[in-house]
This record gives sequence, C-alpha cells and structure tokens, in this order.
Amino acid sequence: MGASAKAVSAADWRADFPALDQSVHGQPLVYLDSAASAQQPAAVIDAVSRYQREDHANVHRGVHTLSHRATEAYEGARDKVRDFINAGSRTEIVLTSGTTEAINLVAQSFCRPRLQPGDKILITHLEHHANIVPWQLVCEQTGAELVVAPINDKGEVELSTLLGLIDERVFLIGIAHVANALGTVCPIEKVIEHAQGRGIPVLVDGAQGVPHLDVDVQALGCDFYVFSGHKMFGPTGTGVLYGREELLESMPPWQGGGDMILEVSFDKTIYNELPYKFEAGTPNISGVVGLGTAIDYLQSIGMANIASYEQALHDYMVVELRKVEGIRLIGEARHKASVQSFLLDDIHSHDLGTILDHQGVAIRTGHHCAMPVMQHFGISGTSRASLAFYNNHDDVDRLIAALGKAKEIFG
Amino acid sequence: MNEAAHEMQDLYRELVLDHSRNPRHFGRLKDPTHTADGINPLCGDKLKLYLRVNAAGEIESSSFEGTGCAISVASASLLTDTVTGLPVEQARACSAAVAERLTTGDRALELAANLENLRALDGVRHYPSRVKCATLAWHALHSALNQDTTPATTE
Repeated sequence: MGASAKAVSAADWRADFPALDQSVHGQPLVYLDSAASAQQPAAVIDAVSRYQREDHANVHRGVHTLSHRATEAYEGARDKVRDFINAGSRTEIVLTSGTTEAINLVAQSFCRPRLQPGDKILITHLEHHANIVPWQLVCEQTGAELVVAPINDKGEVELSTLLGLIDERVFLIGIAHVANALGTVCPIEKVIEHAQGRGIPVLVDGAQGVPHLDVDVQALGCDFYVFSGHKMFGPTGTGVLYGREELLESMPPWQGGGDMILEVSFDKTIYNELPYKFEAGTPNISGVVGLGTAIDYLQSIGMANIASYEQALHDYMVVELRKVEGIRLIGEARHKASVQSFLLDDIHSHDLGTILDHQGVAIRTGHHCAMPVMQHFGISGTSRASLAFYNNHDDVDRLIAALGKAKEIFG
Repeated sequence: MNEAAHEMQDLYRELVLDHSRNPRHFGRLKDPTHTADGINPLCGDKLKLYLRVNAAGEIESSSFEGTGCAISVASASLLTDTVTGLPVEQARACSAAVAERLTTGDRALELAANLENLRALDGVRHYPSRVKCATLAWHALHSALNQDTTPATTE
C-alpha cells in the first residue's frame, strides 16, 4: 500500500459518509463511536445496493449469468482482502460473519481436537470478550487452562511479563492488535517473534487494528489474523479469518453444509478445498461485496495516510481531554490508536452518554465488552471516544464543550 | 432554551439529581426478610434491595446498595422512600403501576397520591435505552416480594 493518490483532506473524506451529514437533537452529528461500528462511505452503500439490484444470485453454483456475476463479485472481494493484508494466497482468506466467528472457528477447529488437559491458552487482560470466551469454552471442553497476561496501570501489556508466562504447555497465544476499550497498541511483533521461535501459534485479534494500521500478515508472521468488516467501514455480518495455509489444511471443518463439500454420500463426505472448507452455507454475498469496496476506498486514501492523520487527531483529543477539570483518563499507553476512555467527576458513564447524545455527540459508554479491563481499574465502565479518519478537530472541540455542559448539569 | 435542552432537564429533574446524589436508605439492612438482586446486563448496573416485612404484612423498612447511573440510583432511592410503610399488597400494586408507567410512558396511567414523587422519573420515556435503568429497582422489588432468588434483570 503506497502513499495516497488523494491529497490528505479530512473534509473530503468526511463528505464521503452520508450518515455523518445529519443532525441529532438539533445539533450536527459528531460521531465518536467508530470503534463500536464505523460508518460506511457512499461507495460501499452504492456497491451493496447495485449488487442487490443487478447481480444477485447464489454463488459457486449456477451456470447462469447472474450467478456468475455474483461469484465474480464475491471472489473478487476475497482477492481484495488478500491484497489488503498481504496474505500469501487467497486460499488463506476465510470469509466469516465477523471477528467473533473467526475466533470461535480457530478455538473449535484448530484447538479443540489437539488440546490436552493441562495445556494452556495464553491471552492478555486487555482482550475483548470475543477473545476470551471462545477460549474459556474450549478450555472447559478439553481440560486446558486459560492463562492471562496482566496489564499495568497505563493499560499496557508488559512484554517481559507476557513472555515470562510462555512455557512448553502454552498451545496458542491470542492477543489484540489494538485493545478496543483502551486503544493500546500491543507489541504483537515481539510476541509473534518469540512465539515463532518456540513453535507456538499466535492469533491476532485485528478488529481494531485493520481500520487504523497498515497490516501485513506475512511481515508479522502471525498464524491467524482475524477482523470484522463493519469496523473498517464495510457492512456488518462480514469478517475475515486469515490463517496460514498449512494450519488451515490441518483443521477439520467448523460447520457442515453446502459449499464446503466436494462430494456427499451417506457413507462419506469429501470436503471442499481451502478456503471453502470453512464456508458452509450461502455466505453474506452482498456484505462481502461491500467489504471489497471498503478496501478499495481505504486503499484509495492509503492506510499510511489514515494512520498519521488519526494519530495527530488522537493526540489532540488526549491533550484537550486532559484540560477538562475532573477528567480521569483510563488507558494511557505510550503506543495508542484512535481511542480514549475516560471518567468525568463521579458522573456515571451512561448519564454522560445521554447528555452528550443530547448535544449531538455520539460516544460509547459502559464496559465495552471488556469487563476484565474495567475490573483491573476497579470501575464498572467508562466513556469512550473513538476516532476515524472522517473526524476532525471540530469534533473534538464539540466533545469537550459537551463535557462542560455535563458538568453544569451534574455540578 | 431549545427542545433538546428541555428534554434534558425533563430527564435530569432536580428531584432525580437530588436522589442520585444523596440516595435515601442506602446500605445494607439488618435482618431483612426479603432481598433481591437486580442486574442490568447492558450497562452493568447492579443493586441489592432489602426489605423487612413485619407480622402485620407491612414493609417496616427497606434499603438498597449497589452502583449505577443517576437514573437507576434515583429510582431505587425513590422506591425505598415510597414502599417503606406500605402493606406488601400495595407495594406489589405500586411496583406494577410504576413499571407500566415507565415502560409505556403513559402519563394517563394515574399514580396514587403516595406515588407522586415518582413522576420525577417520567422523563425517561424519551430515552428507550434508559427506561431499563429506571425500572431495574422495581423489577428487584417484584422479585423480592415473590422470594425469587434469581437476580432480576432488565432483559
């Protein structure tokens, strides 16, 4: 992914997102909840609509023209995903309903048949529930143990502590690329390097990574990298499991059904080749078409441009938040992306969320599907402002002004 | 003041803010006869409601403890204010009436004189995501009176 063909202009990007052009409670919308779900550019909305209007049929089946078009569009999107994360082969790109399904697939298909009692799955204290609960389930099923690498009070995983937890019983390491509740960028390169040396597979939860950072799975050398379409400006119900071919080949199917077979008789079923072995049933074709278009869109701007623009905006937001009297920032890692969690005085985050909504400012409140992170800080939840490249300084200023209003009401 | 600001004031009325800042009957009750937990899984609000019902079938005292937003704390505080001294059957009726008023937002559903203060919670009707905060304590009251040991939830 080279530099951008477009000039770096947040105003241009913002205009590409129809949902941002509206008022909420009489105020222009300020959308600071992209970490929960990002808005979609018109290009994605139009591509999905055009596919539904003109090309829709089932994939991989019919000999008729529409089925051919649908298959081309669906498989074309898979090629775009491969290119986007620089996977070695399109056979390594399994299309799923999202990050959650991808992690469950790895837990059940890769881990469950191999785990022995006493084996360990190592994760971090920063993880989203989707990178905790699937491992808890497979541990219960196999007698394996879930081991959690602690975090410090800045919300960072300390590399030496994590590496110190790796022993010969660790079967797999699951780690977020970017932590959803705190925005911490985890030292995945170092973790992967160390794990590779000991032959331990690593799964990276990239749900909050791909929207903000340039990801190259070959350069990373990870075994599995998973992410969701709707956090990278594509449709909901789409996601990706990247897995190294050798590992995917060795795994049994995760669900049975149509599309994942070559031949079925009541005596024996021969499974389809990769990646179709893991894609049972008719997939979310229109969603995947939209995902492919979202990738085109992101590449037209350039992930490097996105990352540098967002970093500057993130740093501005943190500086401005720090000036607010009574603010407590939760998550102050040295290396962060796009997200800031905070508390204001003793105002409950849900009250704060409602008051901000009334001023047109959309933030996420609560535990962010990361209850253990909240437990670490001894709190029940936070308010979280998350940025995308379509946000700007005015959005941050509106957030700060809205916090001032909340202080008036609860003063 | 614009409409949005009016609605905001309607939600965070002075009485609600007062009860959330200084919740009445807050803390564990000694020798409760009925207790119930209330959990709002969406936002993590948690409370425990305590009642002491005497031989005459009256709620002699009540209290609650837990954490939550201003709306859920104020609602629990108003609840304990309201039901203390009521016969159990009246408290039950009261719980049903309040839950319905908050859920349906139907102001025509008249409140008995002893429930006047609960009008302070009427503002939640504009906020579908916040109705559950206001009803949590009332669900817990229902569970406590029915000796239901599973936590009341808003889901």
